[in-house]
Amino acid sequence: MTTAPTIYAARETVAIRSENLCRHYRMGETVIRAVDGVSLDVRAGEFVALLGSSGSGKSSMLNLIAGLDRPTSGSVVVRERDLAKLSREELAKYRLHVVGMVFQSFNLIPSMTVAENVELPLRFAEVERGRRESLALEALDRVGLRARIAHRPTELSGGEQQRAALARALINRPQLLLADEPTGNLDSHTGIEIMDLIREFNQHLGMTVVMVTHERALAERYAQRMISLADGRLVDDRPHTPHAPGGAREARP
Amino acid sequence: MKIPDLSELAVRNLRESVLRNSLTTVGISVGVASLVAMLSLGTGLQQMFTRRLEKSGLFNTVVVSSRRDARGMGSDNDPNPAESRVLDEPARREMEKLPNVAEAYPDIRFRTDLHFEGKLHSTVVSALPQSAKSNDAFDGMQGSFFSSDTAPEAILQKSFAEELSGMKPVPGDPEPNTADLARPLLGKEITLLYAQREAAAQPPLRPSDAGSSDSVAGTEYSVISREQKLKIVGVCDLDPESMRGMMRGRLFVPQKLAESLHVMGAADLRELSHAGDEPVYGSISVRVKDPSKVNGVEDAIKKMGFSTFSILDASRSLQQVFKVLFAFLGIFGSLALTVASIGIVNTLVMAILERRREIGIMKAIGASDADVKKLFFAEAGAMGILGGIVGLVFGWAIGQIINFGTNIYLRRQSIPPEHFWAVPWWLAVGAVLFAVIVSLVSGLYPASRAARLDPVQALRYE
Repeated sequence: MTTAPTIYAARETVAIRSENLCRHYRMGETVIRAVDGVSLDVRAGEFVALLGSSGSGKSSMLNLIAGLDRPTSGSVVVRERDLAKLSREELAKYRLHVVGMVFQSFNLIPSMTVAENVELPLRFAEVERGRRESLALEALDRVGLRARIAHRPTELSGGEQQRAALARALINRPQLLLADEPTGNLDSHTGIEIMDLIREFNQHLGMTVVMVTHERALAERYAQRMISLADGRLVDDRPHTPHAPGGAREARP
Repeated sequence: MKIPDLSELAVRNLRESVLRNSLTTVGISVGVASLVAMLSLGTGLQQMFTRRLEKSGLFNTVVVSSRRDARGMGSDNDPNPAESRVLDEPARREMEKLPNVAEAYPDIRFRTDLHFEGKLHSTVVSALPQSAKSNDAFDGMQGSFFSSDTAPEAILQKSFAEELSGMKPVPGDPEPNTADLARPLLGKEITLLYAQREAAAQPPLRPSDAGSSDSVAGTEYSVISREQKLKIVGVCDLDPESMRGMMRGRLFVPQKLAESLHVMGAADLRELSHAGDEPVYGSISVRVKDPSKVNGVEDAIKKMGFSTFSILDASRSLQQVFKVLFAFLGIFGSLALTVASIGIVNTLVMAILERRREIGIMKAIGASDADVKKLFFAEAGAMGILGGIVGLVFGWAIGQIINFGTNIYLRRQSIPPEHFWAVPWWLAVGAVLFAVIVSLVSGLYPASRAARLDPVQALRYE
């Protein structure tokens, strides 16, 4: 586990930098500006909430940071890698080793058990079986799901599925945790449990967290920085002190 | 991704849509089965023909004659004495010692008269060594082969048996059954009338009396009229000497018996000009162990100074015919596999549609295009291996059933059963390999289509 002093030192470095980032789609004659000239810096170890209404461009922004999509223009640099200049193969490696993702709909593979889902990124990283199993157990322990390793996702509750997804996102020890509406399909109590876990990853593992949400209250409870988007543009970017008990120690003023 | 992980995931994915993948695999199996069935039929037929030809002795026999015969057309311009060696017993022994030679025996055949039940007949008598027993002409014979190489026994060719029993068919009438022909003849006696040469009692001439090598000198003999009683032991349907043309034998006697008769023949004129004590032969048949070695043996015998003749070239053109037949059977057999390959493409394209989201998830958590491609490739390959193996067993079983059924029919027609179906190891391995290759080629398009999927679009897919 990364020690606290390392985290503090890392926070001074820029984890994500976007400059005039655009992602435009063409639908017939219409050009949809999903992300339209967004420039921002996210420091290493920050917990950032991307807020906005439906269609504001927050998920598109997240996909660009995740390397799942490529910008139409502008740049997004993560840990000194300009994602627009990476090949498809290099982007896959970036997603494998630098990014961990969780989604609103959990996105576990239904034909696999929880353990198999969690260790799947390690298969792509060609980690040998024995080490894969011990790392999966460790990750499932961290999210409190050890007892469910042999179950299929359909046999789990929503909260358990999201825990499994978090364990999967954690398994490669990524520097970035990108969460797209992680509590969108959960009741409020379970949502808080999941958010507590994400905050723990942020605080104890030093992961930079970018979370897309439209629930302002949730963002206020956990995030150190609130960035609002509307029609693909950055409309508000302000530091914030999380309300949650045990909130981030390093919230910036 | 490592190969064991890839295989594990591929098999898991195939199990997820058991029915559809099973049906696709059955399609491959049927394709492989038809390919195996066609090619094993071709191989079986080729093996059967080769076996038959080998048994007929046509392709592993070299007929050796002296070059003196070729020279004897009046031209005497070949000064090399080695070129005109006498085909005698030492030469025969020398040939027998050549590598890859199974045996070398003198061709004894003569036209003679014989008595049977008071009637005089005339035919060509030919001597057969014991090794001729495996000749397929004697496979379905009535009676039995000679009890020994010196036994006073005879085997009749069917046409001569018809002549002896007076059952010569009128053109247009059905041929008489060999069994019916043989029944009254077997065990009966025929008397061979022949001219025996006998060495004269006087001592050989002194060497100083011998003139040039071409002068008539050496052994002298007298010709005595003799009789030899023979018991008919068999009647054969096929003609074991079809290559001999007009001089083909119609009555066969054991080799050693024929040699002991010292029948006066054309070769004896050569013997007159040969000053040795050893017998001289008109021609010698050299049986080679393997038809592929005939060329080498022929060359070695030519170097000894003799003329040779074999019909190996005919076998080469037969091989050519089989290659063409093979190609045709292979093409027809592959058609079903081609149809099956379309099934694979269809199944995998359907799988991409169904697993679109899954592909998106895998890409989001770090799978490369190559990983996704390999996964679909592995699934196609797994279907190919499974379909190939099942198809091989299926094709083999079809062959066995058809072989079995055909042999029942052949037995009813009093034809000896045949094994005309063969699945050699190279066909078995080749068929499975071919199925895998066809499957992988079929997987090429779906795999690259899956690999090219946009992860954002794929993740949106419900």
